[in-house]
Amino acid sequence: MIETLLDPFGYEFFVKGVVVATMAGGLCGLVGVYIVLRGMSYIGHGLSHAVFGGFAASSIISVNYYIGAGVWGLASALAINRVTRTRRIGADAAIGVITTASFALGVALLTFFGNKGPSFDAALFGSIIGVRTVDLWVLAAVCVLAVAVVLLNYRALLFATFDPEVADVSGVRVARTDALLMLVLSLSILATLTIIGVTLVAATLVVPAVVARMLTDSFSRMLWLSSTVGAACGFVGMNLSYHLDVPSGTTIVLTGAAVFSVVLMLTGGRGLRRVGRVESTDPAPVPVGAPAR
Amino acid sequence: MSGRGLRPTPAEGAGDVLVGLADVSFGYDVDQVLTGVTLDVRASDFVGVVGPSGSGKTTLLRLLLGTERPQRGEVRRRAGLTVGYVPQLETVDWSFPVTVSECVLMARPGRRLPWPSREERAAVSRVLDRLGIGGLAGRHIRELSGGQQQRMFIARALLREPQLLLMDEPTSGVDVASRHDMLHLLGELNADGVAILLTTHDLNGVAAHLPGLVALNRTVVAAGSPHDVIAPAVLERTFGAPMEVLEHLGMRVVLDRYETDQASA
Repeated sequence: MIETLLDPFGYEFFVKGVVVATMAGGLCGLVGVYIVLRGMSYIGHGLSHAVFGGFAASSIISVNYYIGAGVWGLASALAINRVTRTRRIGADAAIGVITTASFALGVALLTFFGNKGPSFDAALFGSIIGVRTVDLWVLAAVCVLAVAVVLLNYRALLFATFDPEVADVSGVRVARTDALLMLVLSLSILATLTIIGVTLVAATLVVPAVVARMLTDSFSRMLWLSSTVGAACGFVGMNLSYHLDVPSGTTIVLTGAAVFSVVLMLTGGRGLRRVGRVESTDPAPVPVGAPAR
Repeated sequence: MSGRGLRPTPAEGAGDVLVGLADVSFGYDVDQVLTGVTLDVRASDFVGVVGPSGSGKTTLLRLLLGTERPQRGEVRRRAGLTVGYVPQLETVDWSFPVTVSECVLMARPGRRLPWPSREERAAVSRVLDRLGIGGLAGRHIRELSGGQQQRMFIARALLREPQLLLMDEPTSGVDVASRHDMLHLLGELNADGVAILLTTHDLNGVAAHLPGLVALNRTVVAAGSPHDVIAPAVLERTFGAPMEVLEHLGMRVVLDRYETDQASA
């Protein structure tokens, strides 16, 4: 049994895939906290589709995937951010229009000109076979950047997420902070797209953060819990992908869904209340000095 | 405080004005919210802004804060002015995962590192103790009562050591005892040198107790003491409905004319 589980670690491509999937899970878990708390869960879904447009375009004109899809994804993210901030169109509508148009354009381009780059299936559902050393280094660089951005802008990001209007008058450059978050999100999706896949990236952003929220009421604890859950799902999911011969994105997301179900059973209504799915009743005043619950 | 042109205040100099609106108009798209508003907030003011729903109270706060810019007229702020803002409780996401101390610390966004410095921990502890919620620092914000939640946001605003405190409906959703405590607390802060401007729809419970009032309905209808503003003619122009005003122990009390008519029928 142990031998069977350790068997794939003899292959370099698998080790590389596991490292990348674990880092990708942790990265999406970290960034996902802000996405979930801002009520923008749909943005991960939308941006991954937008990046797919760039993936198709860069494939056709033989430009490096990271440059082509990166520029495309970043432009989409900033466009969404700008449209959302005008308050005339809701974030969900802005994401829906910009990103699905980008995805449709990608499909049209690939249909007309054919695919000259990475596999179409891998882009949609993720693959452990296609992981190259350069992918690993790009992902590692994005992880370092994301951690640095979160650490060095911790309070600004927290305040702008919790209450942007008050943050704005309290000295936080909210527009700059939001743009920085969108940049990190775009880069995270770009770096994880080929391993997790366009259609499943959103789940890796959302599920670990929701699981972490069900387990804690503290923002700082939620950040590391979500990253840990994401990384664990990436590691386990990648192993399942090898043994079950199912695309890696699928097994990573299914592992996350299983963790979510277990945590839901353990925390019950309390966990759901924390993620705001159940209307909370008016709290009773807490006597000052009463022991913490 | 003065709504210039309505209550000239020659005794007050222009030097102590913290923020002033001069003939300000503002609207969202085609909906004009405020027209020709002129208002000065001075260093010693403790002012309530009263008006019906949709009268532009929150927009007025946004203009004073600087989060909205006037389409016409001018907003002048004293150089280096620090403003604390306390939002409406109804607008807050209470399921957001922050503890009381995490929330209060947001008022110091300049520090790069996530964890608080020793000085910050001491400052948070001091301000929470001052507001009587020192034992709640580690609680999740949802676990507090309405009055405690309001105090937490005042603590966050005070951590910035503001010269002006702007509050949007600070007594909405709190019980009578908490409302009394809140008014006493705000009175103390004002005595300590913090100018306060708050919005309220509660004429008897809050407005009548404040030293200064502004009646707003898309423009300044009246400004002055409660005796100047809580008057039948001003209230009818502000709220669009007849109201009766009684004098009780030197305070003005507002009765709804409809209820009075029903009672006498």
